[in-house]
Amino acid sequence: MNIHEYQAAEILHRHGVPVNPGKVASTPEEAAAIAAEFGTIVAVKAQVHSGGRGKAGGIKLAKSPEEAAAAAKAILGMDIRGHIVNKVLIAKGASIAAEYYLGVILDRDNRQILVMASAEGGVDIEEVARVSPEKIVKINADPYLGFHPYQARQLAFALGIAADKVNGFAAIAQNLYKAYVAEDATLTEINPLILTGDGAWMALDSKVSFDDNALFRHPGHEELRDLAEENETELDARRSGISFVKLDGTIGCIVNGAGLAMATMDAVKLHGGEPANFLDVGGGASASQVAKAFGLVTADPNVEAILINIFGGITRGDVVAQGIREALTQVNVKAPIVVRLSGTNAEEGRTILAEAGLTAVTSMDEAAAAVVRAARGA
Amino acid sequence: MSIIVNKNTRVLVQGITGREGSFHTTQMVEYGTQVVSGVTPGGLGKEVAGAPVYNTVADAVKETQPNASIIFVPAKFAPDAIYEAVDAGIPFVVCITEGVPVIDMVPVYDYVKRKGARLLGPNCPGLITPGECKMGIMPGFIHTPGKVGLVSRSGTLTYEVVNALTEAGLGQSTAVGIGGDPIIGTNFIDAIAAFQDDPDTEAIVMIGEIGGADEEAAAEFIKANVTKPMAGFIAGRTAPEGKRMGHAGAIISGGAGTAAGKIEAMEAAGIRVADSPSKVPALLKEAMGV
Repeated sequence: MNIHEYQAAEILHRHGVPVNPGKVASTPEEAAAIAAEFGTIVAVKAQVHSGGRGKAGGIKLAKSPEEAAAAAKAILGMDIRGHIVNKVLIAKGASIAAEYYLGVILDRDNRQILVMASAEGGVDIEEVARVSPEKIVKINADPYLGFHPYQARQLAFALGIAADKVNGFAAIAQNLYKAYVAEDATLTEINPLILTGDGAWMALDSKVSFDDNALFRHPGHEELRDLAEENETELDARRSGISFVKLDGTIGCIVNGAGLAMATMDAVKLHGGEPANFLDVGGGASASQVAKAFGLVTADPNVEAILINIFGGITRGDVVAQGIREALTQVNVKAPIVVRLSGTNAEEGRTILAEAGLTAVTSMDEAAAAVVRAARGA
Repeated sequence: MSIIVNKNTRVLVQGITGREGSFHTTQMVEYGTQVVSGVTPGGLGKEVAGAPVYNTVADAVKETQPNASIIFVPAKFAPDAIYEAVDAGIPFVVCITEGVPVIDMVPVYDYVKRKGARLLGPNCPGLITPGECKMGIMPGFIHTPGKVGLVSRSGTLTYEVVNALTEAGLGQSTAVGIGGDPIIGTNFIDAIAAFQDDPDTEAIVMIGEIGGADEEAAAEFIKANVTKPMAGFIAGRTAPEGKRMGHAGAIISGGAGTAAGKIEAMEAAGIRVADSPSKVPALLKEAMGV
């Protein structure tokens, strides 16, 4: 789960990270009022769940309330990589003496939490990792004891930070690690972390993402969700235990299992079609789940044909077929449907589907080819 | 004739009286797995599919000597269940549970390793040595005993490939589902190394998906250490960047973890990678020279 920069800054501030003061505005007038209140140069920053805001023109400096209003006017409503800007953060201007990168991530290869830092701050860290990986310093936290103060100092010295600034940097690195653990994050990141003209540390841009698996122990995190940033259909699906991701094609997919769902999308593409979605109905594939899945898929006006791909395991094919038949009485589906049913009791299932006027095939490739033909009206 | 589990494996089921636990215990027993006992706190004296239930893993170990455990408890209790099994001296633990908070798995993984035990999962379908031991939630009947070792991050996609192998006359030594989470116990390298060392496994199939770099690391390992013929498949060629595709670990981030990158690494390691799961058996036969 992703949140906005201003929300991330509030969270990191709670965990002892010095952040740049800022307030959120939804209109140019609000932006001007906040700039007047601060009485300094301000940065007007688009609040969207996307990187590349700077390059897209979503971050502007303003020297006066009038300029802040003009900047907000330009940025609000902007489309940044498919995300529409509804809010801007008005942040106090800061004098920058040096910029660093500091981030905490999951190191999947070592199965540990990794703290990484670089003296190349304020730029795309993935680009730094590609072009000059030696400029990124990485230290794994201990799986039980966490991130030691000495490790945080190691990072600071490795970046060449002046001796009198090392403890300040180390405290921020430790707090960033503590925030990661306490909030069940998948990322806590400051880019840039700056040294101001008068020698103070400050987080100028903060980013935090949460582990969906751990949301149950952080009831407050749900309130940070920006519904405008999320696909309504995807949210709706999640509430029913269905994994759904909207794509741009014309072939709707309904599949049991995430791996098989991805393989089904790939098969559609391989046979000349474009998948309209990723959809995993989950283990059960009951009538109500299938009906819900039909609803999700048919809500997309681009869908020209639907492919149902079920490999019956513990879930029996005849039960799934019953589910499909019942679902079709609940939802009016106009697009042609191709069903692929294999595995446990698949034959019984195919008989049930034939009675309902649907043809089921046994192979996934055959089904993918058939659904692409159906979408073309052949 | 297999890796990790066989007809002598004595299985304990943690969470045995729950809906999933009791259902799958029955399925495993029907397949012929030796389920010797189960654990549910407060469940002492009950019985599921003929297996006696104990309050703690330590009690179950003392009374019934299991040497493997399979976990069906809810996500918030799963890490504790893994610690309990490992502390009771059980050397192999399968965690079926989906949705375990990722941070919890960091110390769990390290602890299991320090204790010299092996963990499979979480969020995995388990493993099966056909005809001997089914320790998981996969449909047993699609498997057939044979010489092909299979390792996969997926569930139903694994069944798909197993089914295709069986239909093509290629039986399996052991099929292992390692799971779709960002932090898992047994990974591709662990399973593939075991297959390489198993004299009765003649060929290996690897089924991966987008996200992380486990397939790439495995490809490096294979290049240096594996002499057996291999075929594979990677799901998610059409997956968009930055979107979690069902599995918590299946996400392309910052241009890393793409299907194309994994396929390239695997092919460079001499693995024949199919563009459809149904083509895996033919490619494997080609690699085996049969």
